[in-house]
Amino acid sequence: MLQLSHIGKQFDGGLVALANICLHLQAGEIVTLVGASGCGKSTLLRIVAGLERPSTGRVLLEGEPLTAPHPAVGVIFQEPRLMPWLTVRDNVRFGIMHLPAAEQASRTAAVLERVGLTAFAEALPRQLSGGMAQRVAIARALVAQPALLLLDEPFSALDPFTKTKLQDHLLDIWADTRPTPTLLLVTHDVEEALVLSDRVVVLHGHPGRINQTLTIDLPRPRRRTCPEFQAWKQRVLDALETEVVGV
Amino acid sequence: MFFMADSLTLTTPLPPAQATNAPRPARRWQWPLGAVLPLLLLGAWEVLARVGALPPNLLPAPTKVLATIGVLARTGELWQHLGITLGRVALGFGLGGALGTVLGALTGYLPLMRRLLDPLLQGLRNIPSLAWVPLFILWMGIYETSKVVLIAVGVFFPVYLGVMSGIQNVDRKLVEVGRVYRLSGLALVRRVFLPATLPAYFVGLRNGLGLGWMFVVAAEIMGANKGLGFLLIDGQMTGRPQTILASILLFAVLGRCTDALLTQLGRRLLRWQDTHGTNAS
Repeated sequence: MLQLSHIGKQFDGGLVALANICLHLQAGEIVTLVGASGCGKSTLLRIVAGLERPSTGRVLLEGEPLTAPHPAVGVIFQEPRLMPWLTVRDNVRFGIMHLPAAEQASRTAAVLERVGLTAFAEALPRQLSGGMAQRVAIARALVAQPALLLLDEPFSALDPFTKTKLQDHLLDIWADTRPTPTLLLVTHDVEEALVLSDRVVVLHGHPGRINQTLTIDLPRPRRRTCPEFQAWKQRVLDALETEVVGV
Repeated sequence: MFFMADSLTLTTPLPPAQATNAPRPARRWQWPLGAVLPLLLLGAWEVLARVGALPPNLLPAPTKVLATIGVLARTGELWQHLGITLGRVALGFGLGGALGTVLGALTGYLPLMRRLLDPLLQGLRNIPSLAWVPLFILWMGIYETSKVVLIAVGVFFPVYLGVMSGIQNVDRKLVEVGRVYRLSGLALVRRVFLPATLPAYFVGLRNGLGLGWMFVVAAEIMGANKGLGFLLIDGQMTGRPQTILASILLFAVLGRCTDALLTQLGRRLLRWQDTHGTNAS
């Protein structure tokens, strides 16, 4: 459903962030990009989101070229990025204001229920904890019912406990939603990648390019403590390691 | 469950019930501590004036100042002066504020306009505004126009700067959220830029209003036969300090009232702010 072909990105200053990235995502798949910071993984995600233009190559969504933000593509950022002047409910509605009011209301209510924030619908962002704020951000993306959801280190600013809970929560939502959305996630947290993904794409930096693609065939739900999981973790770490040695 | 509160908690999360039906609890009445010093000073002043320690032709007692205001009110003169001065400030504030808002929005939002207009406006800002007085009188005469324009000039710059810097400081990350949801230029302005700029805008408006009051005094001193500023000059010419003090007192009251009005409006619109001030009150 999403095809990246020969994506390259050179910034105005001459810095080459990405070189020749080719990646194909199946509908309903969860793919994670992992790599050290500065390897260009966030830039790649921003290109798919239509927030940056690639210098070379192109992005196809269902066969159509994607050059600007697209209604079928949702984005969840590292920070919640809520509008501080809007209530939780109005923040969630932010992206579907073009729909009829009744449709907005029912979708918003359903999504708030889904992320467990119904009781906080009228609260302002400043009254929320970090984990709650990020759940609002997730709700805001889900309410538009995107076919492709992009997540840029969505849980990296949260404490480990909240993080684990939200990862499980995201998986539940993904499994319950029909048609199943496709998820493209950026993280530097190997465990997060392994808990969530069908495939883990290991990027190396300067310029960013794909080093390895690992298909994680562990059955879900995955337990972070089981030996197979730990073995996978070692393999991903090794794949990341080769670069660190190279630097 | 105490560990559920995570590291990003900015304020104590409200229990659900309180967050949903949130009529803010009425603020508890507090003894106005700020009134103590002024009252003490007034009392001392009154006593000193009564016993003759202060020369009555230079510093008359507060009661005498109040009595002057009472006389002015009874003859109806007071309302005329108040009305004229308020009208001038309102007109100048509206004019300067509107122009500052429009130009500030243009230069804040459009880099091209900023490069074109801002150097000129910053240059003009460096001219002490009272230096315009002779020119304005020459151009527009000593009647209403020159006064209102002078006030408008004073109001313009703080408002202009507030709007421009407010827009420039809008969080790029929030603008990006708007872009992700494909908001068009106008919708982006209305739904992201406008609310995000409001705090800086209100600061600009308040500063502008303050300068507006300052400039109305200058405008009325330079030649007027009505208005509170005229009372100042009249009191000086006729050697009646109580009239001067009455006028000063009325300026203080009016300035404070209009500022409070603006602050109230701002507070209502900016309830969402997560700042030291909002959380403390």
